[in-house]
Amino acid sequence: MGNELGTEWVRLIIGLFAVLAFSQLNALFLVWLERKVAGHIQLRPGPMEVGPHGLLQTIADGLKLVGKELITPRAADRRLFVMAPVLVFMPVLVGFLVIPFSPELILRDMNVGILLIFAFSTFTVLAILAGGWASNNKYALLGAIRSVGQSVAYEIPLLLAVLSVVLMTNSMRFSEIVEAQSKVWFIFLQPVAGLIFLICATAETNRAPFDIPEAESELVAGFHTEYTGMRFGLFFLAEYTNMFIVSAVATSLFFGGWHGPLWIDFKIPGIFWFLLKTYILIFVIMWVRWTFPRIRFDQLMNFSWKVMIPLSLANLLVTALIVKLV
Amino acid sequence: MSYFREIIDGGWSLVEGMRVTVRRLFQPLVTVQYPRKHIRMSSAYRGHIELKVFKETGTHNCIACGTCERMCPSGVIKVQGVKEQAKSPKVATHYVIDFTRCSLCGLCVETCPTQTLEYSKEYDLVGETRWDGVIDLMARLETRRAKTV
Amino acid sequence: MPKKFLDPVVDQIYTLNLGPQHPSTHGVLRVLLDLDGEFIVRADPVIGYGHRGHEKMGENRLYKQFLPNTSRMDYLSGLLYNHGFVLAVEKLAGIEVPPRAQYIRVICSELNRISSHLLWFGTYVMDLGGFTPFLYAFDDREQVLDTLDHVTGSRLTYSYCRFGGVIQDIDSEFIGMARAFVSRLRSRWKDYHNLVTRNIIFIKRTKGVGVITPELARQYGVTGPNLRACGIPFDVRKMEPYEVYDRFDFEIPVGSSGDAYDRYMVRIEEMEQSCRIIEQALDQLPKGPFLAEKVPHRIKPPKGEVYFAFESARGLTAYYLVSDGSQYPYRCHIRVPSLGNLHVIEDVFRNTLVADAISILGSIDLVIPEIDR
Repeated sequence: MGNELGTEWVRLIIGLFAVLAFSQLNALFLVWLERKVAGHIQLRPGPMEVGPHGLLQTIADGLKLVGKELITPRAADRRLFVMAPVLVFMPVLVGFLVIPFSPELILRDMNVGILLIFAFSTFTVLAILAGGWASNNKYALLGAIRSVGQSVAYEIPLLLAVLSVVLMTNSMRFSEIVEAQSKVWFIFLQPVAGLIFLICATAETNRAPFDIPEAESELVAGFHTEYTGMRFGLFFLAEYTNMFIVSAVATSLFFGGWHGPLWIDFKIPGIFWFLLKTYILIFVIMWVRWTFPRIRFDQLMNFSWKVMIPLSLANLLVTALIVKLV
Repeated sequence: MSYFREIIDGGWSLVEGMRVTVRRLFQPLVTVQYPRKHIRMSSAYRGHIELKVFKETGTHNCIACGTCERMCPSGVIKVQGVKEQAKSPKVATHYVIDFTRCSLCGLCVETCPTQTLEYSKEYDLVGETRWDGVIDLMARLETRRAKTV
Repeated sequence: MPKKFLDPVVDQIYTLNLGPQHPSTHGVLRVLLDLDGEFIVRADPVIGYGHRGHEKMGENRLYKQFLPNTSRMDYLSGLLYNHGFVLAVEKLAGIEVPPRAQYIRVICSELNRISSHLLWFGTYVMDLGGFTPFLYAFDDREQVLDTLDHVTGSRLTYSYCRFGGVIQDIDSEFIGMARAFVSRLRSRWKDYHNLVTRNIIFIKRTKGVGVITPELARQYGVTGPNLRACGIPFDVRKMEPYEVYDRFDFEIPVGSSGDAYDRYMVRIEEMEQSCRIIEQALDQLPKGPFLAEKVPHRIKPPKGEVYFAFESARGLTAYYLVSDGSQYPYRCHIRVPSLGNLHVIEDVFRNTLVADAISILGSIDLVIPEIDR
């Protein structure tokens, strides 16, 4: 009994450090990837100076951010202002607990895995609102208010799309959902739900074309106008880590998780397929960002309440019917 | 009905837009990484003015009439000259321009009665003080003549 | 619009300052917005941050020395302003221009108009949030700037035209570059239409947004593509032809509803029509001198005044020159299109959202330094 407890503790601590290290490395890589993808779409090379092909550019940017002065506006609400970046970053880290990297590499295979991720991602809304309100800046407040409306509106179709998948597999445990896709991936069985999930995930992470809260050309910088130095860095890191979590969930729910394509016979570890698919989805999200203009706020809300929710409800109904009859 | 039509048409237009950008992703780059590579400047490029070296006399032909000084809209040029003898024309001894205020209009080159001014092709001008923008054309002429001799 | 927003309750309104330093006001424009939630109740533009005293400089410079100033007022259509100024002085002083010089000036002006519209296209979509078409438009614009650089020596502020012609003749390489650019731009339209014009997000952001009615346009003195988008086919090149514009066969694109989408379509069509003008001009280019002889360096136009209007990239621009017989103008006033175009927002911004305000400001195509001169 003591032996098991010992290995359990060791496993937990190693897992914790692995998660922290992975999330930082991932954010490092994603920032570089975004800049390179943006550059090549725009017919220019992106960062090329620091390191070969700009690989160390993010480290240089991080060092620069750490060295900047942390300015707090005089009339700002101090405690909320300082707590907001931390509140944004923490729930995202919690999401790493349940992501199924491979059959053996799940930190905690909870039986409410999906619910955990979405429950904690709602904290981001609170943190953004806190940050925008505490800044004592009209632009930041506008950005924060828009962000709250957007997040609440797009949570609902997101959860409804996930619910369709859960109805098919009868469980919220990640490993079981991935196991159920060993024959055919759910994207072929539930294309509408997959599309809705991807669109709502882009909206949840405040990425273009839904990046109204941080609309760079409209509201200067939205809710993080007044944040300097590493506080801004935390918002930035949280966005990229959130993007990874959301892509990882999409991979596990719709694209087969750690399963490779059926016609590959030789043994490649599951984590390789998982990471490949996740990063391809992240590339698609970045590709969408650099192509489209921004949606106006009321059109965004219209789109969610009048198009996304009826579609996802209809999808859920059809799934329930088919699951009952088959 | 138009509700569904709009969704499908709108979605397809988004896919077409994404096709355009992904094609550009694989096209060659159009930027040049300066200063590692340089672009060739056009032959008509107008840098700051220079005194031309005439082949017949081996030196400039400026008679210090001051037309360029009066024609310049920004008051950039300062010319001074001496008259050696009573009947000979003036010869310029000092010719200084303040390039920080030059607007590259080219009026000085046009109005010079002896056609002694031309454009240099310099664009890599860098200095540490504001006085580095003040260019002494006589000194530059002497260095050029020393090189050709 | 629900009636509640038309009669605002005083204590709900707050003032937002779209300050002089903002990513989307093109230049140093300050707009004081009174907002009720996200709806704009009142808009008050404040100008004057870029005043440099060009008109005063005009009174203290010779006619020839004012040429660099003309390019710097509206820096995106520098050659067009140059062209207009020399035309005004030629009309005042009665100077004849050889036909080859006229054709050369028209070709370069139309190239400049295309480059200005390309830049507008890139920055407008960037204001709306799509960062990529900006880079594509600049890639095309580089070709125009290289072409003009080949013959004038500058890329942005040209002092190319002189009274009686131009300073340098064009050669066959310039003609080749101009024709290559025209064919390349024509091959680009498909990409731009797929990426921007038919994009549902772009259409939703611009259709029905910022409608300028013809009565409003007449009241405020709106000119240029904004006026043509309302349905009024007024273009100075057709109404009061100058130079050799009456020898070309081109159309004036006219919109119907006066919203931002129509303004966008009118400008895209204008680029195509400018391509047509350039092709016809290159075909009809006569041989001959490129500068009139015997034009004195310091011209002294006879006493009188001239009001010469031409079509710049933004609308009807006019030079009003008063001469008292000396080498210096007595008064040099420039009528800029952006002043009328800007103040129409006091009417159009009412009951629109802040995001729409950015879209409208971008679609009107303002260059603030020309308002302040």
